[in-house]
Amino acid sequence: MASLFEFLVAAFLVMAGIFGLVGSYGLIKLNDPMSRLHAPTKATTLGVGGVLLASMLNAAAFGKYFSVHELLITLFLFLTAPITANFIAKVHIHRQESRETMPSAGEDDHWATHDTPEDEEQRNAGRPDAAQ
Amino acid sequence: MKLLRRLVPHPFLTLLLTGTWLLLVNGWSLNSLVFGFMLGLLIPFVTQPYWPDRPRISRPFKAVEYVFVVLADIIQANIVVARIVLFKPNSQRQPNWITVPLDLKTPEAITALAGTITMTPGTLSADVSDEGHCLLVHCLDAPDPEAVRDEIKQRYERRLMEIFE
Repeated sequence: MASLFEFLVAAFLVMAGIFGLVGSYGLIKLNDPMSRLHAPTKATTLGVGGVLLASMLNAAAFGKYFSVHELLITLFLFLTAPITANFIAKVHIHRQESRETMPSAGEDDHWATHDTPEDEEQRNAGRPDAAQ
Repeated sequence: MKLLRRLVPHPFLTLLLTGTWLLLVNGWSLNSLVFGFMLGLLIPFVTQPYWPDRPRISRPFKAVEYVFVVLADIIQANIVVARIVLFKPNSQRQPNWITVPLDLKTPEAITALAGTITMTPGTLSADVSDEGHCLLVHCLDAPDPEAVRDEIKQRYERRLMEIFE
């Protein structure tokens, strides 16, 4: 029985390691900045998730207690990872792209990163109730 | 009833904070449950003025379903992305920008959708349009941008609509 749990813990760790490695390899291999951003954000999900699962299983099977801190780590990771990715994407849009090179913003005029104070004034001028 | 509403402005936030406290303590005892519940009452009450116009969550159990759908998608799509990174040459990959028109109106719901898109591998939310009607999504490999856009709308946005509106 104990060896089964050992096997499971090891399997989760190896899986996590593989996904972590693929994430890092993706950083080198992919060839444009936005694509490169995909690799590390993905490693955080299954890579870290696998380690946390292994840790919980290990505590439950071999420690004498249940450990649930890992669930909180997952929660905080899911809250923060998209924000860092979004910030890096915004920097890329600021420095490498202009309004002309971006895809169309549908019914709106442009994307929020390229918004300027003049645009906001113009928008507010159309609305008499807008705060100054 | 009105007094209760004022004292407990966010019932779900109270439950969530109590649960988070129990997880932080990493063990079960009546002491920590009571203390967590006190924090759960105090924090929403004190922070209430800083969060006006919060959205009403009409169907909280839908949120549980949503979490499991997203978790399943993350696992499945991680494997897809690993395949692309390892085996697909850069010249055959078709990275693409996608504009997703939004039906969601509340900022909280749009944030949840953007976070979900980033966490599910292969797509990354990069920006919103200046008046908040569209979401800019980057795809690692999307030969068919329309299909990805429809999937985001069908799978995630429809469910978020049910939860938030």
